Amino acid sequence: MYDVIIIGAGVSGCASARELSRYRAKVCVLEKAEDVCCGTSKANSAIAHAGYDAPAGSLMAKLNVQGNRMMERLSQELDFAFRRIGSLVICRDREEMPNLQALYDRGVANGVEGLRIVEQEELRRMEPHISEDAVAALYAPTAGIVCPFGMNIAFAENAAVNGVTFRFDTEVQDIRRTERGWLIETNQGPFEAKCVVNAAGVYADVIHNMVSEQKIRITPRRGDYCLLDKSAGSHVSRVIFALPGKYGKGVLVTPTVHGNLLIGPTAIDTEDKEGVNTTRAGLDQVLEKAGENVKDLPMRSVITSFAGLRAHEEHHEFRIGEVEDAAGFVDCAGIESPGLTASPAIGVMVSEIVRKILQLEENPAFVGTRKGIVNPQEMPMEERRQLIRENPAYGNIICRCEMVTEGEILDAIRRPLGARSLDGVKRRTRAGMGRCQAGFCSPRVMEILARECGKDISEITKAGGASKIVVGVNKDSL
Amino acid sequence: MKTYDIVIIGGGPAGLSAAVSAKKSGTDSILILERDKELGGILNQCIHNGFGLHTFKEELTGPEYAGRFIEQVQELQIEYKLHTMVMDISSDKVVTAMNSTDGLFEIRAGAVILAMGCRERSRGALNIPGYRPAGIFSAGTAQRLVNMEGYLPGRKVVILGSGDIGLIMARRMTLEGAQVQVVAELMPYSGGLKRNIVQCLDDYGIPLKLSHTVVEIRGKERVEGITLAQVDEKGRPVAGTEEEYECDTLLLSVGLIPENELSGGMGVELSRVTSGPVVNESLETNIEGVFACGNVLHVHDLVDFVSEEAAAAGRNAARYVQEAGSRKAQGTDKEAAGRTVEICAVDGVRYTVPSRINTERMEDIQTVRFRVGGVYKNCFVSVYLDEERILHRKRPVMAPGEMEEVKLKREELLRHPDLKAITVKVEEV
Repeated sequence: MYDVIIIGAGVSGCASARELSRYRAKVCVLEKAEDVCCGTSKANSAIAHAGYDAPAGSLMAKLNVQGNRMMERLSQELDFAFRRIGSLVICRDREEMPNLQALYDRGVANGVEGLRIVEQEELRRMEPHISEDAVAALYAPTAGIVCPFGMNIAFAENAAVNGVTFRFDTEVQDIRRTERGWLIETNQGPFEAKCVVNAAGVYADVIHNMVSEQKIRITPRRGDYCLLDKSAGSHVSRVIFALPGKYGKGVLVTPTVHGNLLIGPTAIDTEDKEGVNTTRAGLDQVLEKAGENVKDLPMRSVITSFAGLRAHEEHHEFRIGEVEDAAGFVDCAGIESPGLTASPAIGVMVSEIVRKILQLEENPAFVGTRKGIVNPQEMPMEERRQLIRENPAYGNIICRCEMVTEGEILDAIRRPLGARSLDGVKRRTRAGMGRCQAGFCSPRVMEILARECGKDISEITKAGGASKIVVGVNKDSL
Repeated sequence: MKTYDIVIIGGGPAGLSAAVSAKKSGTDSILILERDKELGGILNQCIHNGFGLHTFKEELTGPEYAGRFIEQVQELQIEYKLHTMVMDISSDKVVTAMNSTDGLFEIRAGAVILAMGCRERSRGALNIPGYRPAGIFSAGTAQRLVNMEGYLPGRKVVILGSGDIGLIMARRMTLEGAQVQVVAELMPYSGGLKRNIVQCLDDYGIPLKLSHTVVEIRGKERVEGITLAQVDEKGRPVAGTEEEYECDTLLLSVGLIPENELSGGMGVELSRVTSGPVVNESLETNIEGVFACGNVLHVHDLVDFVSEEAAAAGRNAARYVQEAGSRKAQGTDKEAAGRTVEICAVDGVRYTVPSRINTERMEDIQTVRFRVGGVYKNCFVSVYLDEERILHRKRPVMAPGEMEEVKLKREELLRHPDLKAITVKVEEV
C-alpha cells in the first residue's frame, strides 16, 4: 500500500514525485514506457515561455510565470541545462500591431517582467536574420530554453534518491475505489494507494474517466518539428515566434541548449494517442513557415524530424486538483504548452494538494540537489585530463558527432533510473543525437548496454518493448 | 608538446597510403591518429571482394586490401595511435587529441594530412515522414552489424538508395538469409557502379526501381512496412503511384558526406559541391601545409583511386616539410613561384579535384578527377587551355555514380605562359 501513486513519468509526474519526496510518504510512479520522459515531455519546443500567451487570470498563466521564475535556481539545484536567452514575437504587418500590443498588455497582466516592444532597427541589430518585412516585435527577456530530457530525468533521479519508487513497463488498465483508497490494476499486477495523481499526459482523460462521472476529453494535438545541425545553431540567438494573426499561427525558430536549431511545430489534431508519426504535409509546412520570420535558414542542415503530441484539453486550461466525485484522486491533466515551463510550479501545486489530503509531514532526510552526468566538453583542459586519469573511460569517444565518451554512457546506465535502451542513453548523454543520427555509435552503445545490463546484443532495444535493433544472427534461417 | 613533421588524421585507406608515401618520400617523423581499435578504416567491414584491381592487379577483400598497406606502415615503422579521437586542429597546426591512456594531449604538426573519410546521410537528412521505430539503418551501420558483429538487422528488407554500399548490402543480406524485396532510387539512374548492379541485384533477382522513394514508414516500435511512390522530374512523389511493402527493415544508402567538422573548425575552405576542402595541385587546402585526400576530400567509388590520391598528398606533404626546413635554414619565406590557374568545371562537370593548379609545382602528369551531373551517352570529355582544346575523349557512357578523370601534362601547360583558365566540360556530339 502506497501513500501516493503517480501515473505517468513525464515532466509533470516526475516534478510532482520530486516535490512529494520532501514529505514522509511512500510514493510510487507507474509508467507504461520503459523509461521516464517518453511521451509529450520528450518531443516539444524545449522552451521556458515568458508567460504572455495564456489568458490573464488562468491557472495556465499563473503556473507559467511561476515555473519560469523557478527555472534558474532549479537548473542549478538539479543540474540540467537552461539558458535565459529571451524571445521575440515577430509582427510583419503594421495592421497587426494592435495584436502585438494586446500580447504585451496580457503579459503585463500576467506578471511577466521586462516586456517591451522593439522597433525594426533594434530588432535587426538583435537578430540579423529576421525577415525583411518584420516591422516590430515583442521582446520578452525572461523567456529561455531548457533541455526537456535533462529536466524530466533530473526530477525523476532526485525523486528516486529521496525514496520514490519507479515502476516501468507498467500500464494502468483499471482503477477502483476501495475502503482504504484506490486499487490500480496494471499489466504488472495490482497496486494500492491512498491517493492517486493522474499525470498521464495524452491518456489523462482515459485515466480520469476510470474514476469520475464527470468525463473529460484530451485531444492529442500533433506538432511536427525539424532539428538542424549545430552548424546552423547560431542562426538566431533568441526564441523567434510568429505573431498569431491573419497568416495563421506560424512556427517558431529557436536555438537549443545543445547548440542546434529547432523549427516547428505544426498543430494537427488526431485521434491516435500514439500517433507521433510526422507527415509530408506537416514537415513541408514547418519548412515553409519557418522561413516567414527568419530568412536564409539552411534547410540542407536538417538532421532529423520528429513529432510530439500535446495533451490538449478542450477548455485549453490546466486541470489540476482533486476530482470532485473521486476523493483522493488528483488530476494533473491538460498539461499542454506551456506545460514544460510550468512543470516546476505544477509539481509544487500537486504536492501541496496531496499534502493536505494526506496530512503529510516533512521528510527531514530530503536532499534537494542532484548532480547530472558530467559533461567533459565544458571542463577546462586540465580538469578534463584529471578526469581521464581517474577514469580512463572518459578518454574514449563513443559518439563522434556529439563527442560523448564511454564514461558518460556508463554513468547514464549506472545511475539511479539508469538508461536501458539506445534512446535512454541518447536522452541522457546525447550519444546518437548528432548529425549522423546514431549511424556510427549505435553498434558501440549496444555493446556497452549489453555488457552493463548482462544481456546479449540481440536483446538490446531502441526504446524498450518490441523495438529490438537486431532480429537474429547471420544465416540463422538458412 | 610533442612535435611531428606530418600528422595524419585517420588510419583508413587514405591515411595509410599517405603515410607510406610520405615516409618513402623521405620524411621520418610521421604520426597517424586513428579513432577505431585497428587501422584500415571502413575497409575492415567491406568483406566482399573487388578491391585492388588497379593497385595490385588482383581481386582482394577490403580487409586484405587494408592489410597490404598496414604491413607497409609497420615495415616502415610509421608511428600510429589507435582509439584516439582528434578533438580539434588549430589553424597553426596544433592537433588536440584524446584517448584513454594518454588522456587529452596536444601535438604540433609541421604538416597535417586530413584523411577522416566520410559519413552516411541519415534518414533525417532526407526528411522521410512517418514513425521513428527500430529497424531503420544506414547501409553502413547494417554492414558493420552483419560483417563485424555477426548480427542480422532484419529479415524482410527494403533498401532506399542505390549507392554502392546499398547494393553490396542487398547481396550480403540475401546471403545471410534475409529477403531483400526491392531497391528504390530517387534519381532516374543508379548512384552505384554498374558492376555492383549486375553482381548484387541482377544476379539475385532483386528489382531496382528508379525514380522511386519512400513516402511513409509504418510501425511504432519496429518497422512494419513502408510505402514507395514514383517521383516526378523534380523528385516529388506522384499521387496514385503508392505501393505498400511489408518489411521489418529499411536500409538507407542515400549518399555520403565528407566528414569535415575538424577541417571547417580550423578554417579550411570547403566546396559547396563536394562538401570537401578546396585544394590545389598538391592537394593542399587554403591553409599552407594542410593537405586532404580520400573521401574527406571528395567521395570516391574505388579505393584504388583513394590510395593513389593519398599517395600524392603524402608526397606533397613530405616535400612541403622538407622545403619548409630548408627555407628555415636560409631564413626565407615561401616563394610564390609559377602561376596558379583555376580549373573551371562547366557543362555537365560538377566539380574537379584539384580546382586550381600551380604550373610550377604540379607533377609532370597531373590527375584531375571529377563527376558529371547526369547520365551522358556517346559524349566527349574535353579540356580547354583558354580557347584551345587539348583533349577530346569519346566516352560511351558517363554517370554521376562513376568518377571520371583526365590527365594534364605539365609541359603542355608550360607552353601556355599566359594561361588564364583550364576548362573541363562534357561536349555532345
